[in-house]
This record gives sequence, structure tokens and C-alpha cells, in this order.
Amino acid sequence: MNLHSLTAHALMDLYKSGKASPKEAYEDVLNRIKAVEPKVKAYVRLVSQQPDYSGEFQIPIAVKDILCVKGEEITCASHILKGFHPPYDAGIIEKIKKSGGTILGIANMDEFAFGSSCESSCYGPSYNPWDLACVPGGSSGGSAAAVAALEATWALGSDTGGSIRQPASFCGIVGLKPTYGRVSRYGLIAFASSLDQVGPLTRDVRDCALLMNIISGYDERDSTSVNRPVPDYTKALVNDVKGLKIGIPKEAFADGLDAEVRRSLENAVDLLKKLGGVVHEVSLPHTPYAVATYYIVATAEASSNLARFDGVRYGLRARPAGLRKNALVDMYEETRAKGFGDEAKRRIMLGTYVLSSGYYDAYYLRAQKVRTLIKNDLDEVFKKCDVILTPTCPTVAFKVGEKISDPLSMYLSDIYTIPANLAGIPSISIPCGFSKSGLPIGLQLMGKAFDEEMLLRISYTYEQNTQWHLKKPNL
Amino acid sequence: MSQFETVIGLEVHLQLSTKTKIFCSCANQYGCPPNTNVCPVCLGLPGSLPVLNHQALLYGITAGLALNAQINPFIKFDRKNYYYPDLPKGYQISQYDYPVAKDGFLKIKSGGQEKRIGIKRAHLEEDAGKLVHDNMFGCSLVDYNRTGTPLIEIVTEPDLRSPQEAYDYLNTLKLTLQYLGVSDCDMEKGSLRCDANVSIRPIGQSALGTKTELKNMNSFRAVKMALEYEVRRHEQTITSGGKIFQETLLWNDEKAMTITMRSKEQAHDYRYFPDPDLVPFAIDQSVIEQVRKQLPELPQDKFLRFLSQYGLSEYDANMLVADRGIADFFEAAVKEYPHAKKIANWMAGPVLMELNDRKISINELKITPQGLVALIARVEEGLVSNLAGKDVLTAMLNGGKTADEIIKDKGLAQVSDDSALFEIIDEVIAQNPTVVEQIKSGKPQAAGFLVGQAMKKSGGRANPKKLNELITRRIADV
Repeated sequence: MNLHSLTAHALMDLYKSGKASPKEAYEDVLNRIKAVEPKVKAYVRLVSQQPDYSGEFQIPIAVKDILCVKGEEITCASHILKGFHPPYDAGIIEKIKKSGGTILGIANMDEFAFGSSCESSCYGPSYNPWDLACVPGGSSGGSAAAVAALEATWALGSDTGGSIRQPASFCGIVGLKPTYGRVSRYGLIAFASSLDQVGPLTRDVRDCALLMNIISGYDERDSTSVNRPVPDYTKALVNDVKGLKIGIPKEAFADGLDAEVRRSLENAVDLLKKLGGVVHEVSLPHTPYAVATYYIVATAEASSNLARFDGVRYGLRARPAGLRKNALVDMYEETRAKGFGDEAKRRIMLGTYVLSSGYYDAYYLRAQKVRTLIKNDLDEVFKKCDVILTPTCPTVAFKVGEKISDPLSMYLSDIYTIPANLAGIPSISIPCGFSKSGLPIGLQLMGKAFDEEMLLRISYTYEQNTQWHLKKPNL
Repeated sequence: MSQFETVIGLEVHLQLSTKTKIFCSCANQYGCPPNTNVCPVCLGLPGSLPVLNHQALLYGITAGLALNAQINPFIKFDRKNYYYPDLPKGYQISQYDYPVAKDGFLKIKSGGQEKRIGIKRAHLEEDAGKLVHDNMFGCSLVDYNRTGTPLIEIVTEPDLRSPQEAYDYLNTLKLTLQYLGVSDCDMEKGSLRCDANVSIRPIGQSALGTKTELKNMNSFRAVKMALEYEVRRHEQTITSGGKIFQETLLWNDEKAMTITMRSKEQAHDYRYFPDPDLVPFAIDQSVIEQVRKQLPELPQDKFLRFLSQYGLSEYDANMLVADRGIADFFEAAVKEYPHAKKIANWMAGPVLMELNDRKISINELKITPQGLVALIARVEEGLVSNLAGKDVLTAMLNGGKTADEIIKDKGLAQVSDDSALFEIIDEVIAQNPTVVEQIKSGKPQAAGFLVGQAMKKSGGRANPKKLNELITRRIADV
């Protein structure tokens, strides 16, 4: 039996009926990894720890290289963190371990989650299981590729501007960015603290709900996590969208949207209408400013968050030859020059600049104001709609190397996903078709804060009435 | 008389004596072995997050209220970004545009005058670690135990007009915060640190002169000396046609001079911005009122009350008020034995002397207010002499026995029995005929010498009053 190709809920059914054991599932996935990993390169390393076959959910899972797992080497795919072994588990890793989840390995990503292609990783890129010449998306590209290539049943990613949803879209799987504060950030190595959320990457919507049940909830160690009850998300899996109001922002279907992506989305909207959904055209007038706003807020926070990587306590420490300024400053400069890749340096410089004395008001403060306007736009739409529907990305997966020397076009890959992070609202990407070249297309839904259930319900209904999620890549 | 007026402002950092650090649950403790009192949060390990210790906030509000400041109901923290090895996150969590308290004042007494010193702001922040420069290995080591210790930084307006006023302000501030119980204000342990800004201007001019900032003063005395040095330097530079440049200077205590640390051009751009890991929140007015209700009586109020309620001298009241523990001990004693002035004499005299000799605080003293009062009562009754009473006090502090036990053990009870005393007196009179002659020839004060001699012979046990009376009678009889 191909246990590695099953969803988690299918595995649990087999466990229950005694037709398969967690050990068999784990070993089957390991064999799959052996077979296809040389082509996909989803993982930066497999974990050495032996699985513990106790607990309720014994699901083989991939963890992005940005979440602290006690004793494992966790590096954010950066030279500067090489050799860092966190002495503690992230809040959600504790929960995964408690639930019996089996951590298979640490998944590749863009360095410090800076990127949309997984190409800025210090370990080299991961590849899209649907076309190995293409990127899997990013930054949680390794996580998405692992789930799509059947090298993991579940994966954890993090999403600051689309880093779960965009790779989920590129790899033809389900990816959810929860409401800001729904999932603990304790132990998530920060990129942009006010935007980061951890979330699930899974093969279908039911698995997404199951994984959300495990990772959601208040953590007193994270002041931004919200203390409110966690519903059973599987209860939201209702095959019915009758009367639900779906907003379609006209700005999302403007120029720059790939024709195939547009066609798939239109078909999806038609299907939802047929199933009883009520579609409204809406407007989000400030979303054209979302990318610019994001690259000010996110880089500002990142420039400060990454200051701790200075060679003093952990990770890389360069030992400069000779004396330039003074021993300490020389060490700082050379460590950071050697440790960070180009994109990390670019963002640190951008962020440092926008926070500088004399520029703060013009950039950071103004960006925060625009952020409020974007949030207000969304709030306004949610007064009359249950969800907002857009493409997840303007295009399907692009070729490895295609955008690496053009950061601006890379940044635009996140044009649809960024507003949800700026507003702190939940957002999901689900498969909604394939291009002629055989690459997956993703549909994004955004919901009201803490209304993940509505996203799951509409996604589940769509999934129940389509076959996209059942297709597997040939590897 | 100088033609210049001195303008000084002080920035004082105080460690708050909360149980745990400001953003993690590590103990707020001084003196642990290096890097043992740390956790992922105060070490700033990747992925760790700060959570505000509400006790630190309450202490900040307490200090703000005692400084007559406005409490900001909107609590927000910011990041101050700079690189130094003792700062594990590459930024310090501090408060920038919304300090916990602002626009207050502290009344000080300086040169016999009362003066209000404006408090511009007081904000909360985390302390950094400590660098230890190891010459033997030619490297620097970092101890992160102190990292995350809650600090309050109290910034004055440029209201101080002399190094002496700065010194008096510091003492008043320290005493006030000690009374509040929010900081032990121990400069030796680094729980109080002070930076000073100083400038001078021609008398009558309202615009401020160019200021210099002084750092690295390790005592209040050093603050005063550094300021005196710097004021002199400013005056000499300006009167000789030179110019003062805005810069930061380090005080060198050994050489008793200031040394340039960095110029204005080298000043940091700290790139302050709101810390996204700590959500801003509003504190309820009722919380502030609650803290206000719990404020203890402050030293200046206590001083005035001691004058009026107990009729103490200013000297005694000052001595007692200078330490909240001593003042509390005094009042507890007065409750037991309503002779405030007598108790004040004992407290400001022998008790304080014992404390200084033993270098301990009143709380560490092995004596209760009741115990002290029992001793004072024995002295007042005349059972033991004043002198012997001091010995009894010392013995009480050493052994933990009561006054009565010690008086009995050592046989210190005074001899007042006439016949026993006459024996001694007769001996003394026989041995000192010249003194006796002096007394007889109209110098009664010479009797003091005979009393002293008789006391000696009695082993300090004779009642001196009685002795005096009997000696005078005996000589008159002869």
C-alpha cells in the first residue's frame, strides 16, 4: 500500500481499523524520501531522533527550517545560523510532539523566509515536483514540495507575505495562513514579527483542519497570541456554500494576471455560484499599495530582528585577518558579510534605511498608515461578504533562475497574498486547476479575523466538487 | 564670583527589585555565577519572545507617582537598535515616545533652601549584560545574568544649578525610591547608575550653552567631582576664547578628569520603532489609583511628621528618616514606650553607631523595638548607668539575650545602697586630699573627678547621681 500518498485522515482511518500502523506509514514515507528527494531537494536534513509511536495523531510531518526544534540544527537556510541547535522547542513543536506527530525532517526555505522561490537558501534551491525545472515557490518551498512530492503527509510553514499560500499554489496543495495571534509564534525565528504566522501545508482541506486543531491556541510566552477558545475545525467541513457571500475584488483581476490563471479562477467562481454561493464584485482601492507598504514594514522589522545574528553567541563567527576598524567591529562586519546572502543583505539595508532618523516618518510611519487603510478596505468588504476570493498568485510556478536577478518581479509574486498579512486576517490557498504545461493553479480565500472556519467550509465544498486535489505529480 | 551659571540635568538608571526579570521568568538576582541566570528569552535566542512582567510596570507607576508625575495610561515599548556584545538581541527594549511617567518633580533641600527639580520623564527598559575584559587571555567575556533586569530611567529637566544640587538631588531620589521599595539603589552593585549633562551660560542669558554628557561615575561623590571638573573646564575654555563641543565624556576616577568617548558626529542613530512583539495596551485609571493608595509615606513627609508629632530635633529626625527601616523601628519602639526623644537619642546615637560598626542594616540587627525599649527603661529607672547601658546593647546584639538577662549575668545593676557606696567614697576621699581641698574652697565642680574615681572602683555599677549626692554630703560633714 502506498501509505506515503495518503492524506493524514486516510492514514488515521487505517490506523483505527488496524490495516496499517504509524510505524509502517513513517517507514513508507522515508522510502519515498529516499526515492525522490535527490530530484526535489525539499529537505535540508532529516532528523536523527527516533519517532515515538504514541499520541493521537501519528502523522509524518516536515518542519520548515525556521521553527525551533530542540536539539536539531535550525538555520533559516542561512550560513549565519549554521551550527545553531535551539535548546528549546517552539510552542507549536511542543504541540506537534504532544499529539504524536513524527517529525521527518527540516524543510528547505528561502534564507530567513526572504523570497518567493526557495532559491535564496544557502543549501541551494528546492524543485517543483510538477516540473523539476520550476521553483516550488517560497519561502516555505521545501515544505510545499515535500507534501506535493509525497515526501511528507503534513508540513509546517510560516507566512509573512504569502510564504505558505504561494508555494501551496505552485505545488498544487492546500496552505493556510491563520489569523495573526491564532498560532503561537514562540520559537518561530522572526522575519517580520507583526506579520509572521505559522500554518499548515496539507494535501486536502480536511487535513488542513486537523492540523489547525493541533497547532492553534493561546501561548502565554507570545504576547501577540490571542487567548480565545479554539473550535474543532473539522466541524467546519460542511459541503454547502448556499447563500454564502463571496467578494471578488475587481483590482485582483486587472492587468498582470496570467490568462490561464484567470480562466481557472473564473471557472472556480462559476462552480461556487452553481453550488449556491452569492458572488459580489467588490473593491479594495488601497491594495495596489500593499506590496510597497509590505516591503517597508517587513524589512524594517527584519532589519531589527536579524541584528542578533552578530557572531557573538551562536552560529557563524568570522575571524578577520588583520585589523581594519577594531577587533569587534571587524568581527561583526565580516560575520554578517559572510553569513547573509544577497537578498538578506538587501532587506537589512532597506529596513535600516526606512527606520533611519529623518526618514522614519516618510517611510515607516506612512507605511503603517497605509497598512491601516488596507485593513479598513478589507473590513469594509467583510461587512457584506463572508470571504474574499482572488488568485493566490498572478502566475503559475516560474523557472528556476528566471526571477532571481530581478527582485522586483519576484516581489510581485506576492501581490495577492500580502494584504492578508498586513490586515492580520486568515487566508487559504487551494488547488483550482492546472496550466497547459501541467503546473498547478491556486485560488485564495481571505476571511474575517478568527473565521478560519468559513475559509475551511468554502474550500471543503469546492474540493468536494472538484478533483484537482487528487492529482499527483509524476516523479 | 563666577560670571557663569551652571545648568545640569541628570539621567538616573535604577534597577527595579522585582522577583523576576522584565521580559522573562529568570530570577532578578545579583551575584550568580556568570551566565547561569539566563534563558532563551533574556539571551535573545532566535524565536524567543518577550512578555512584560507586570510587577515592573507597577513599580514604574509607583516611582512615577512618587515623583509627582503624570502616568501614561497607554503602555507601549520600542526597540532601540544598536550593536554591542552585551546586548544579545541587537536592540534594547525601551520606551521612546510614551514613557510610563512624565512631567513630574522632586523637592530637594540644598544649601538650606528647598527647591523643585523637574522630572522630564521616567521610562522602563531592560538592562544589558556585562562585559568583562580579561587581560590574561587578551579577550572580552560576556556575562548575560544582568540582561533583562528591569530598569527605570529617570530624566530631570535642566533644573540643577550646581554640582552640589546634583548631589543633593541624587540623595533625595535614592531615599525616595528606597522608601517605595522599588529599588535598593545600590551604586556598588550597579543598581543605580547616573549620567549627567552639563553646560554653562553667562548669568542672565536664557539660551542654554553647549552641553557635554558625562558617564562612568561610580558614586554620588564621583558625580559631584566630575561635574565640578567639567564646569571648571567649560569656564576655562570659554573665558580663554575657546569653544565647547557637544560630546560624551567618560569620568576617570583615578585621574580625576574627563576623557572624550565620542563626539556628536559619532552619535548613534538608534532607529527607534515600536516593538511588534509587545502589544501596546491601556492601563485602567483604577490600577493607577490603586498604586497611589498604596504609596508609603515619603521621607520628607515623615521628617515633618517626626518634628511635629514627636517633638524631635531636626538632627534626630533627619537621622531617623534617612533609612526607612530605622524610621519604622523607631515608631514601633515609641508605641511600646512613649518617650520618643529618649528613643530617638538611643537610635541616632548608640544604635546607629552599632549599625555602622557592623556594616549591617537595621533589619539584620538582632534586636526588636521591644528589646531596645526594655533596655532604655532600665537605664531610665536608674538600674543601669547610661554607659553600662551601651555595653548591654552591644551584648544584646552579639548574643540575642534580653537586657534583663545581660544585666543579671554581668551584675551590671547599679549600686545605690548608701553604706556600700560610703565605703568606696571614703577610700576615694582619703586618696585625693587636694581635690577635697578644692571642693571645700568653693569649687564644687571638682567633685566630678571624685565621682569618676568612685565609679571606676565600683566597676561602673555605682549610680552616679547617688554618688555625687553622697560625696558632697560626706565632704561637707568632714
